[in-house]
Amino acid sequence: MIVIVDYGMGNLRSVEKGFLKVGVDVKVTSSPRDVEDASAVVLPGVGAFRDCMRNLDDLGLLNAVLRSIEKGKPYLGICLGLQILFSESTEFGHCRGLDVIEGKVVRFPAMGLKIPHMGWNTVRLRKAPPVFNGIEDESYFYFVHSYYVVPDSDEPVSGTTTYGIEFTSMVWKDNIIATQFHPEKSQRLGLRVLKGFGEFAKRS
Amino acid sequence: MLAKRIIPCLDVRDGRVVKGVNFVNIRDAGDPVENALYYDEQGADELVFLDITASHEKRNIILDVVAKTADDVFMPLTVGGGIRNLDDIRALLNAGCDKVSINTTAVRDPLFIKAASERFGSQCIVVAIDARRCRGASGEPPEWLKRDESLGFLDIGSSAACRRSPLWEVYTHGGRRPRGIDAVAWARYMEELGAGEILLTSMDRDGTKDGYDIELTRTVAEAVGIPVIASGGAGNLEHLYEALSDGKADAVLAASIFHYREYTIREAKEYLRSKGIVVRL
Repeated sequence: MIVIVDYGMGNLRSVEKGFLKVGVDVKVTSSPRDVEDASAVVLPGVGAFRDCMRNLDDLGLLNAVLRSIEKGKPYLGICLGLQILFSESTEFGHCRGLDVIEGKVVRFPAMGLKIPHMGWNTVRLRKAPPVFNGIEDESYFYFVHSYYVVPDSDEPVSGTTTYGIEFTSMVWKDNIIATQFHPEKSQRLGLRVLKGFGEFAKRS
Repeated sequence: MLAKRIIPCLDVRDGRVVKGVNFVNIRDAGDPVENALYYDEQGADELVFLDITASHEKRNIILDVVAKTADDVFMPLTVGGGIRNLDDIRALLNAGCDKVSINTTAVRDPLFIKAASERFGSQCIVVAIDARRCRGASGEPPEWLKRDESLGFLDIGSSAACRRSPLWEVYTHGGRRPRGIDAVAWARYMEELGAGEILLTSMDRDGTKDGYDIELTRTVAEAVGIPVIASGGAGNLEHLYEALSDGKADAVLAASIFHYREYTIREAKEYLRSKGIVVRL
């Protein structure tokens, strides 16, 4: 069973309905036990990095998520679910992340661009992750965020997006696939990503 | 590159679309899901539901509308109208909407925007500003602008506004009630309190089809660091272009030109692209 981790942040309903729309069974849960037992884990979420880490910790989900990643279970991170994989964020001072991918999370520099980065932007593929299933290079996805990830190494970078600067908008490392954009809000192509994750989870 | 957004707006009353797609050959033109699907297929970038339900008892119907729409339509959805407290916002987000648009409640209690953005994140708090142009005689600031000192944010922009011409006054209650607040200063204050986006409607142009108020749009877009959606007055595709180019808007909201199928969203985007605007096609 694929679980969607509910830790009190963000629009889980859309993610759940998106999976259902493409015929992938999912369960929304805030139980660490369910996360431990799951075959694959989806971590969505918008909002603040620190609140996200704190809520996961308060609910006892932090270790469960970390263990499932370490066991090699397929993981799909969306937005905050991407950012918390990193070592630390500079949002509100400093905050430690899961440190599964080395690097940090930083705010868009002030250079006359509107923040948040909100709307449809293109993803330039470095190496298409298995969930992409033939989705074309430079396809549009929906973004809404003020912080972005900066991996220490290029190795996990799967896609990039330009908003004033070129930033990492998708990572892929072994069983981990995570996007800064929101597949559940990206219409047809977004649903293809969710379907792709369902198939990736089944194969793994 | 980030694309400029085209956003159709549907008016919903008591759970039914009362200003939406002028369908032919369809069973139920008042069905919000049918309307949303129509725009989804055309490639709209977001959808706005403006809830104009008058009776307080029927207000929860919009939650059902949002939930049903979110089951089938996977694009950003904003709901505006009648949002009074944090519980209203939580209920809408849980039902599946992504952003809420707040107007009257923000004017009544500006700190509500701070509380809401701290709780749910700036990205889902849109402040809707209904603005009407007013011409002060001989460059003198109008009386109401002097009064807005009492609101405590004069220092943010009204002193600059006094020197500026034209001026725009903030209206609430669906454009019926003037509030004696300078719209540009208000937009900056809302940003400071945590708003993630401004939905800016020209009350002078709304419903006229004469084009957006470009001067208003540009003045606000240059005054704030958050995205601005231009609204009110779209009558043809060139109007969309003007708002996104000269008006410096990040997105345009339109209703009747799309509802009455004068243009499809796709036609609008093809036109904009031919004029050098980055759009998602």
